[in-house]
Amino acid sequence: MTDPSVTLAASGGQAAAQVRPDAALSLRGLTVSYGEKPAVFSVDAAFPAGEMTAIIGPNGAGKSTLLKAALGVIPRLSGEVSVFGQPIETVRGRIAYVPQRASVDWDFPTTVIDVVMMGLYRQVGLLGRLTGALKARALSCLDRVGMASFADRQIGQLSGGQQQRVFLARALAQDADLYLLDEPFAGVDAATERAIIDVLKSLKSEGKAVVCVHHDLATVRDYFDNVFMINVRRIAEGPVATTFNGETLNATYGGRLAATHIDQLNLVEGA
Amino acid sequence: MGSEFVMFSLTPMLIGVLASVACALPGNFLILRRQALIGDAISHVVLPGIVVAFLLTGVVAAIPMLLGAAGAAVVAVVLIEAIKRLGRIEPGAAMGVTFTTLFAGGVLLLEQSDTSSVHLDVEHALMGNLESLVWLRATDWSSLIDPWALAGVPEELPRIAVVCAGVILLTLVFWRWLKISTFDEGFAQALGLPVGAIGMGLVITAAVAAVAAFDAVGSIIVIAMFICPPAAARMMTNGLERQVWWSVLFAVISAVLGYVLAGYGPLWLGGENAVSAAGMIATVSGIILALACAFGPHRARVGARAEV
Amino acid sequence: MTPLIEALLLQAGYNAALVAVGAALLGFAAGAAGTFLFLRKRALVSDAVAHATLPGVGLAFIAMVWLGGDGRNLLGLLTGSAVTAGIGLLAVEWMTRRTRLSEDAAIGAVLSVFFGLGIVILTVIQTMSSGRQAGLESFLLGSTAGMLFQDAIVIAVGGSLAVLATWVMRRPMTLVAFDAEYAAASGVNVPGIDRLMMALVMAVTVIGLKIVGLILIVAMLIIPPVTARFWTERSQSLIWYAGGIGGVSGYLGAAFSASAPDLPTGPIIVLVAALLFLLSLFLAPARGVAAAVFRHRRFQRKVHRRQGLLALARREPIHDELTLRVLRGEGLIRADGVATETGRAQAAKIARDERRWDVAREIHQDTGLAGRYDGLTPIEEVFAPDEIAEFDRRIGGPRAKREGP
Repeated sequence: MTDPSVTLAASGGQAAAQVRPDAALSLRGLTVSYGEKPAVFSVDAAFPAGEMTAIIGPNGAGKSTLLKAALGVIPRLSGEVSVFGQPIETVRGRIAYVPQRASVDWDFPTTVIDVVMMGLYRQVGLLGRLTGALKARALSCLDRVGMASFADRQIGQLSGGQQQRVFLARALAQDADLYLLDEPFAGVDAATERAIIDVLKSLKSEGKAVVCVHHDLATVRDYFDNVFMINVRRIAEGPVATTFNGETLNATYGGRLAATHIDQLNLVEGA
Repeated sequence: MGSEFVMFSLTPMLIGVLASVACALPGNFLILRRQALIGDAISHVVLPGIVVAFLLTGVVAAIPMLLGAAGAAVVAVVLIEAIKRLGRIEPGAAMGVTFTTLFAGGVLLLEQSDTSSVHLDVEHALMGNLESLVWLRATDWSSLIDPWALAGVPEELPRIAVVCAGVILLTLVFWRWLKISTFDEGFAQALGLPVGAIGMGLVITAAVAAVAAFDAVGSIIVIAMFICPPAAARMMTNGLERQVWWSVLFAVISAVLGYVLAGYGPLWLGGENAVSAAGMIATVSGIILALACAFGPHRARVGARAEV
Repeated sequence: MTPLIEALLLQAGYNAALVAVGAALLGFAAGAAGTFLFLRKRALVSDAVAHATLPGVGLAFIAMVWLGGDGRNLLGLLTGSAVTAGIGLLAVEWMTRRTRLSEDAAIGAVLSVFFGLGIVILTVIQTMSSGRQAGLESFLLGSTAGMLFQDAIVIAVGGSLAVLATWVMRRPMTLVAFDAEYAAASGVNVPGIDRLMMALVMAVTVIGLKIVGLILIVAMLIIPPVTARFWTERSQSLIWYAGGIGGVSGYLGAAFSASAPDLPTGPIIVLVAALLFLLSLFLAPARGVAAAVFRHRRFQRKVHRRQGLLALARREPIHDELTLRVLRGEGLIRADGVATETGRAQAAKIARDERRWDVAREIHQDTGLAGRYDGLTPIEEVFAPDEIAEFDRRIGGPRAKREGP
């Protein structure tokens, strides 16, 4: 087993990973490739427990791929994944995953509360009874994302933001310790974005680890404690305050991020 | 509707109903997974599977035929996946290549081998022969409690009854896995569910249902049983549980009405001979689907399609 | 073997020769027309079209008998089959457009229901006094045995017309098949071309009924284009490759079938095409499986080698079995995992390349370099020697302290 306390030198990045013996999710040498081109190359990462981390990088940089490969949703070419220091297969119950909204068919014949109950399937197994208490738990998860009154709605009738909230409620129902979210803020309205971030922050205050694939650089500083910057390889990793700066952004995005844009990001505290 | 009904119509009708239900249940999931044509592929490869099973064992028996067909279905699905991935070919074309080739192989084997003595011929395989599955030992309704008469029911009936019961049981037991892996495969995988095995299990179940139904309705009309009742049911409701109930209802209506129309319809129209019951069952299921498409309360799509 | 050679040389009789030529023309037309369907990702629509011909054949027979004719006139039967095939096609489109059903469900529903209806009509015909010897079942799997001379003419002429139509319409159809939106933007009538494509498919299906049969004709539309795809990346040549593969399959299949009894024409033609497909799947130079497996293994070893050397450079332990095997195999590490001299040298080179990349990415921030920085591309492939020398100069500068050991 890999000793999680080993400090990993950055593979070509500017910032070295810090010692994280308490990593909720750690990756070592993760490589994923579609055909002959690596989408993610030899990435080491350690996402700390009890904190919120954003995975950022340009389009096609392998952000979602990293998450999916860590979960085994897509196959890895090489690399190891551990969750709370254990092989992932033994701790699936402690992980909640929120896939991209667009990955499912919203015309599926089912209701909102049904989708949230899917988060309980691992716990109740194939034939275990979905008791009243479990139903109440699913409802309270819906309530946490402000969707309790939509419980019996057909999922196709939801707005994009509402769909995202339902997915988050399903993850909450899993009652996990590590939450992995793939672009939870993509294409949602402002109210939903606030509702989601409130829930994520409350998860953090309960000591859970939250990892989001994120695309909006303007909100990184407000929402997250840590940032993991990727562009096929790991570029930088660490606390937002020290890691999220013009140098690392340039390294991650290359010329695709205009200098003026970087200035507007309010990169350095108090600048 | 006394002794004649019990003798000539009861067993074919029951077989039709059980076959329709056994196919409609997995059909619900195949349609929601956009794999409706896997049903098409499976039912085409049932023929080569049965022929190979016959050539290997030399007998026309239920178990080797079921195994042969299920094996052929697995081979077909693996081939389709392999062609899709290895050749980077779109799924429809990969299916088309696979099932037509296997079907052609089955026809050739059948023509080449000496199967004339047994009731294996291509037309029968394609069209089925529901009408011939009569219960000759039956005299009237009291035969239902007569052990000697019951021992003489066509062997297809207990076979399809067992398969139908098995399909119902599997659907109930694996309901949650089927539902979640159909709706959100990535999430199911992240939960650690054996998504690949669930998909393969569904296909094998469908194959077993197809081969058991094949005796009665033939391999092409099985496709109607897979697709039409669930597709019509999808227009009636937005709940998966209710959709499955509707599909069972439509399957039963198709089988009963189709059989009755095939047997008595021509007489009512002044004809003398019955027409193909299997064909009529497919036709009725198609009419039900057309009505559902035109008037079903939930016929229009409401949610966005999946992008990946 | 002699009958086969005779058949191949068109010496096995007048009808057999006409059938072979007809099958070759049909195969060519089917392959070419199928290419557009394949590129449009609608290959299995042809399955619905093919099965939907059955009720038409039956109804045409009944109509012709009712009008006092023979009922077996091939042209009449084919016309009838085209009518119901067209209705089936419209039904697929209607269901896909107007309801929540996806196209695959609509295809399956249409093909099975129309086939079922066709079977019902066939049983009606069997009870008609003139229907007992109608032999309409031969349309299921095709049968060239006992074919009339005039039927062979219909097939040969029909095949030629289909080839001609494909050739005339190849440009707009290619445009639509490749990029419908662009075609629409440049003023092409996309729905019209789509309908024309389907009309061509219908024509091929109908002509092929007698030779290949309605269940297997779909193979003639799908297998040749899929096979051709392994050999070319260009659209124009794809059409001709597919046509050629279809033509060869049709010709060889018809000849084989004519050379011996118990060799049904349709299945043999399909199996010849399938054999060509299998050969292509495994052996095609760029897209074939053998080449792909070889490439993937080579690629995987390359990734593991690189990752292993990076770990050596950083003095990290290596756990991955494959990485260890690759490094041992190349003599980069000893059996006990310690780097050999070559290994250390290679690792040092890679570490140097990594530092060069760092500098390169700092200097060339806006050259879209991020895409090439995938861990595998040697820096020499991207930059000129003098540029690399400049990177080295900078590495020797102020950055050396931060990155050095």
